[in-house]
Amino acid sequence: MNTRLATTLAATTLVVLVAAGCGGSGGAEAITADGSSTVGPFVTKAAEDFKAAEDVDVTVGISGTGGGFERFCAGETDLSNASRPIDEDERTLCADGGVEYIEFRVVTDALTNVVNSANDWATCLSVAQLNAIWEPGSKVTSWNQVDPSFPDQPLKLYGAGTDSGTFDYFTGAINGEEGASRSDFSATEDDNVTVRGVSGDRGALGYFGFSYFEENQSTLKALEVDGGDGCVAPSIETAQDESYAPLSRPLFVYVKQSSFDENEDVRNFVKFMLDNNESVATAAQFVPLSQEQVAEQIAKYEGAST
Amino acid sequence: MPQAVVFEQPAPLTLPRKRIRWGEQLVHVLLFIAAAISVLTTLGIVLSLLLPALDFFREVSPWEFLTGTTWAPLFLDAHFGVVPLVVGTFLISFLSALVAFPLGVGVAIYLSEYAGQRVTGVLKPVLEILAAIPTVVLGYFALTFVTPLLRDIGLDVEIFNALSASLVLGVMLIPTIASLSEDAMAAVPRDLRDGGYALGADKLQVSTRIVVPAAISGIIAAFVLGFSRAVGETIIVLIAAGQLAQITFDPRETIETMTAFIGATGNGDIPTGSIEYKTIFAVGLTLFVITLVMNLISIRLVRKYREIYE
Amino acid sequence: MTLVEHERPHEEPTPESSRESRAWRNRLFKAAMLFSMLVAFGTLVVLLVDTIVTGWPAIEWKLFSDPPSTLPEEAGGRPAILATLYLGALVLLLSVPIGVLTAIYLEEYANRERWWNRFIEVNIQNLAAVPSIVYGILGLAFIVRGIGVGRVVFAGGLILTLVVLPTVVVASREAIRSVPDSIRQGAFALGATKWQVVWRQVLPAAIPGMATGSILALSRAVGETAPLIMVGAITYVAFDPELFGAYTALPVQIYNWTKQPDPEFQTLAAAGALVLLVIVLTMNAVAIFLRNRYRRQW
Repeated sequence: MNTRLATTLAATTLVVLVAAGCGGSGGAEAITADGSSTVGPFVTKAAEDFKAAEDVDVTVGISGTGGGFERFCAGETDLSNASRPIDEDERTLCADGGVEYIEFRVVTDALTNVVNSANDWATCLSVAQLNAIWEPGSKVTSWNQVDPSFPDQPLKLYGAGTDSGTFDYFTGAINGEEGASRSDFSATEDDNVTVRGVSGDRGALGYFGFSYFEENQSTLKALEVDGGDGCVAPSIETAQDESYAPLSRPLFVYVKQSSFDENEDVRNFVKFMLDNNESVATAAQFVPLSQEQVAEQIAKYEGAST
Repeated sequence: MPQAVVFEQPAPLTLPRKRIRWGEQLVHVLLFIAAAISVLTTLGIVLSLLLPALDFFREVSPWEFLTGTTWAPLFLDAHFGVVPLVVGTFLISFLSALVAFPLGVGVAIYLSEYAGQRVTGVLKPVLEILAAIPTVVLGYFALTFVTPLLRDIGLDVEIFNALSASLVLGVMLIPTIASLSEDAMAAVPRDLRDGGYALGADKLQVSTRIVVPAAISGIIAAFVLGFSRAVGETIIVLIAAGQLAQITFDPRETIETMTAFIGATGNGDIPTGSIEYKTIFAVGLTLFVITLVMNLISIRLVRKYREIYE
Repeated sequence: MTLVEHERPHEEPTPESSRESRAWRNRLFKAAMLFSMLVAFGTLVVLLVDTIVTGWPAIEWKLFSDPPSTLPEEAGGRPAILATLYLGALVLLLSVPIGVLTAIYLEEYANRERWWNRFIEVNIQNLAAVPSIVYGILGLAFIVRGIGVGRVVFAGGLILTLVVLPTVVVASREAIRSVPDSIRQGAFALGATKWQVVWRQVLPAAIPGMATGSILALSRAVGETAPLIMVGAITYVAFDPELFGAYTALPVQIYNWTKQPDPEFQTLAAAGALVLLVIVLTMNAVAIFLRNRYRRQW
């Protein structure tokens, strides 16, 4: 009686396991991508459309630009998504790991500063003001310290984690040095956490890629930035013509040379992202490349394919 | 004349040589190997934590790590004081124990002293259901239901705060504390209670002055176990309590626990070799040591206060 | 002989007020106990109702048949649900034999005098208290990187096995202990070897207890998130999982959906939570049923 029970359980388990081993339509090696959580949604959308078109699987992780490079240079991934160019240390890492790569600019971003939609006092901040808020050792804890005309509302900061390319780019552009930032803010590689944080607190201020703002316009408000030529609001146009300064930035996908050469699917996926740039970017709420930028990248692609 | 009876010494007893059953020996060895897997696991945990952590401590002094009050390990101007994380962890654990312990013991007393057979038969499985709820569901509940609720009733909590996480964690621990306490109370012999009733004590007095003290070792064990589980809890705090390492005792604020730091930083990948990689192990080691110590304390306490009944 | 008369001290009847206050204190106490029950069960009810109400709109075939997507209208949890089931099967297949064998060793074979056996016992107790995220760190270091298996289903299954192994061992030991010694002695008396006693007498009698313990441990493994996050259950996996392929499990998928502030993803997260709850609670119900049905009276 009891042995029958045990046998039944064991048999069921084995059946499920065998099904796991044999099953799965996504058989052939999936293309692996990892890296920036800013670029992530774009590559994910491209992967979805690519799967529908060519039935090839792409997995997308969001370890952050830095984390992505670590894996990429260890040879673990085919593609590395980055919201800033590869830096010196990472170049060395890749060289040490024997990983060669091709850099593709796939989409543009307008790094957006957001506040809660109930924030009715701030509309535009200058780079100097942002710097005062975010610099290392900053003691700014309340809005009226940013601008005396603002109310005395506690300033709650949310931002990108240090493994994030967004962090590197933002600190470089606003604080003058990549990585230089105050540390007493809610830092996360996952921009959704920042969205939630800022939309939940009247006095909150945060920053992330434009697409995250576009997705959440009902609870967030984007601030205009004065980079020296007056207040400019982030938008597709101002990002493309780079009048939204200094926070419009290119976003990249780095492709492992060996994957590019040996795996036709990888080549096709890269081509797909370039050919369908406008539709994918718009759907994922990114700033698409301009015509000439696309042409540039395609030329690069052709060059690498020979 | 009677014959002298001569008793001969019986020949010394010789048993046939014991046949070694090789099958039995093999079984014994195989079973030992199975048991050794658990030892290998511990060894693995210790090694996987210790080696990189030692590496970390070569770069950062243990003193700075253990006493520093700023946790900003990944910034240019790095600080490696683990105190904010530890404070965050203990704030949450303490608050959740505040919820779980009285309620858990209350439930246990009710089940053991007041409830009838039928009621117990219904309530105990329900408690088990509460214990079975995955922590990710609880974390989701804390963030999307409890936090807005707290804001609605006027408590000015931040979107990520220690209070929601603690409340939900506390409720999650009630079954653990209740079941252990109830077992301890059930082990108290009927005679002690009957003696109390015979002397005219009422239920309140019997419960609080006889049963609880008699079961105290089990109740203490329950408390320490519950607290230790709160310390080790990751997902609920990761979702609902936030990622801002600061020293605060205000439960309405955002904090970061040791487990949340590990979970958030290890999300997806740990870049090898960098200082970030090593912080995870340093914090992980701290966490492991704390829970180990608590476990040992609980074993000690149980042994010390255990009442032996016939 | 004189009867010594003792003055019976004049007994004051207990004053009305003190009796009343006692009654009140008792009532208050009982109310407090009931309150505790109410909080525990009330929270459970509220949680279930909230999850059902929020998640119901997203409970449709799509959830089970479609892969996740950046668009909530098209997202489903198929790879995650499948992976969870496979992980569960893996855990069962690995943890039960090892756990049961360990329990048999500790209960039937180990000589308590020997220090290494006592060490194994204490060791298992300690392992049960280790936070699950530490197992994740272990998994990352040794299984994903060390053996080089990578971020695959198999690795996830191994780690979850280690997480629940102490629970299985403890439950199996309880089951074995509850088998009366007379059974063993009877078998020995008839000339059985140790292994024969264990295999043919003790184990069959202990199976229901072991089954219950195993299923409960399994339901815990299925709900674990932290260790899987550490060993790379990736964000976006759009294909069915394979034993040595990339994967994401249901709890991790829920976690990812919860983080998205878009309210449509909240609905999805709640729906996913519902599915997970159904899986976990079914397992628990089966375990309880087994326990009650096969409970032997010795």
